[in-house]
Amino acid sequence: MKRARAAIKRASVSDRSIGAPGEGLGARVDPERLRVRELGSSQLLRGGELEGPTMPAHLEGADLERHVEERVLTTTLDKAVSWARSNSFFPATFGLACCAIEMMSIVAARTDVARFGYEAFRASPRQADLLILSGRVSIKMAPIVRRIYDQMLEPKWAISMGACCSSMGVFNNYALVPADKFLPVDVHVPGCPPRPEALMHGVLKLRKMVLDDPDMSWRERYGAVGTEEALPGA
Amino acid sequence: MSPVGQDTTGQSSDISEYRKREQSITLSELDGPAADGEAADARQELLTLNFGPHHPATHGVLRLLVTLQGEVVRDIKPIIGYVHTGIEKTAEDKAYWKVIPVVERMDYLAYHFNAMTFCGAVETLAEVEVPRRAEYLRVIHMELNRIMSHLVWLGTSALDLGAISMFWYCFREREKVLDLFEMSTGQRMHTRYFQVGGVIEDIPRGYAEKLGAFVSEMPGRVEQYRALLHSNEIVLQRLRGTGLLDAARLLEFGVTGPLLRAAGNPWDLRKADPYCSYGDFDFKIPIGTVGDNYDRFNVRFAEMDESVAIIGQALEGLPEGPYITSDRKVALPPRHELATSMEALIHHFKLVTEGFRVPPGEVYYPIESPRGELGCWVRSDGSAKPARVHMRDPSFVNLQAFSEMAEGGYIADMIATLAALDPILGGIDR
Repeated sequence: MKRARAAIKRASVSDRSIGAPGEGLGARVDPERLRVRELGSSQLLRGGELEGPTMPAHLEGADLERHVEERVLTTTLDKAVSWARSNSFFPATFGLACCAIEMMSIVAARTDVARFGYEAFRASPRQADLLILSGRVSIKMAPIVRRIYDQMLEPKWAISMGACCSSMGVFNNYALVPADKFLPVDVHVPGCPPRPEALMHGVLKLRKMVLDDPDMSWRERYGAVGTEEALPGA
Repeated sequence: MSPVGQDTTGQSSDISEYRKREQSITLSELDGPAADGEAADARQELLTLNFGPHHPATHGVLRLLVTLQGEVVRDIKPIIGYVHTGIEKTAEDKAYWKVIPVVERMDYLAYHFNAMTFCGAVETLAEVEVPRRAEYLRVIHMELNRIMSHLVWLGTSALDLGAISMFWYCFREREKVLDLFEMSTGQRMHTRYFQVGGVIEDIPRGYAEKLGAFVSEMPGRVEQYRALLHSNEIVLQRLRGTGLLDAARLLEFGVTGPLLRAAGNPWDLRKADPYCSYGDFDFKIPIGTVGDNYDRFNVRFAEMDESVAIIGQALEGLPEGPYITSDRKVALPPRHELATSMEALIHHFKLVTEGFRVPPGEVYYPIESPRGELGCWVRSDGSAKPARVHMRDPSFVNLQAFSEMAEGGYIADMIATLAALDPILGGIDR
């Protein structure tokens, strides 16, 4: 059912090009024609043509209902935005230890994360919205990790990759600190180190989370509103 | 102004205007004394730049305080400790055989080497005889690990130089090595395959064929990488003559491994002090000439070839026999014996609960890791836990020479030099 609908939509898009029939994409668009098209969009929705024999819309009643249902997809803006967001994370190029090597290999050829749209690693935290903590976080490194996370813009997410930054892993000693102590982690990926497939599974779990839970900052997600250290304007 | 690329003077037809102009820029005026007030002051101005610990080109969480004069690096101060994990201290708290997975995570691209140096030290202390088959299996895994480490190095270093395609190719081959590891040990990284007294399991059926296919394929791949980089004008310009340091100075710093060999000193512990049956194999030690970044690249390329040759020989001459020592005091008895032999059950119980005791003493066991001399110093007080474990990590020692290599060069060359140094911060900070 869904597939048939998509096919109809595709056909209708290719039927009506913006320019005159026969003009390619690169062709000059006549502003007059564009104006006519704009005005006639309701006409198109009702099953008519911009010009030609079916210029006045001829569909009525149930036919019209069905026609609109087939052509128009309605959703909320939030859903559309979180759909786009969840399919294009920009992870920060941030490696800590062993897991960083496996994190690099999710971009490489075998487990090509570009299939899902997460391949654009960003070196600046200002451009990234996903922090993958790949490796052990020492006490010396923890404030820096937190600072990098704070520099990222909302909405942002964090994945703790591997046993070390989730629970200190095989090293249960004075030097390390689990990421949950200083960072709101969204997804924990177990393993030492996790396989690239496991990390990919973790990112896809996060995708589901973002789809279900749109447009919330981490403070809203984890009930931390009011814990800001410096309020804007204060 | 003549168009770039056209020679108008007619003096030398093969050097373009652009190249001439590039070559005419010298650093001498930056070094010279201030000639005229304001302009010279501006030239003398120094800028201190914080580089890292979060930076994609530092190969980990290394932090560098770089003082620049224009684009020229005048001073570098490395700051380390951002992945300090307390591995040496943790090792004191664990039975000998439980230390192995902890030290493996130290230099995380050379896990088999970490395990080897620790196991070798304990075997020397406890005077455990390692079967020849186990030694050959260790050599196979270590040399595969060396290839894997060099592949990751090559991919990321080429990425630093701006060649992203090398990364894809190198990681493709790395996956093949990891498949072999997974087949024989069950894990991709940190396999805990090496055991005191041998290896934990024999290689499975079909492994030899798969390894043979890899051995026959890999030299061609290395040749492809070489073809891709060695005739690349940009790579040559970036590598030749940068990061230069001669062998005598490197030795003063204690630098070993490919860096020292690139400067022309053929020091390799596999030849100089053969351990783990390396004396059985016929291989060469690749060396460079002057010790610039170009030599360092070439030496590692050639080392991959040599490693493949060693694996081929080890696979061909793989002796039959046990893969772990029959000394029940240090190695677990086979599973089937537990049902029939009381003695085996007691040994199993003692090993699993307390571990084995090692006679008092201390030992230093150096091996040749992908980055140089990796040594493990173990002191035993006669109990089932080591009194002290110390690692001599090559990355840590090699990093000392970095400021001398990069000072006086451009900051872009500093990145290339750091890449050619191949530091692994997990090993440096431990």
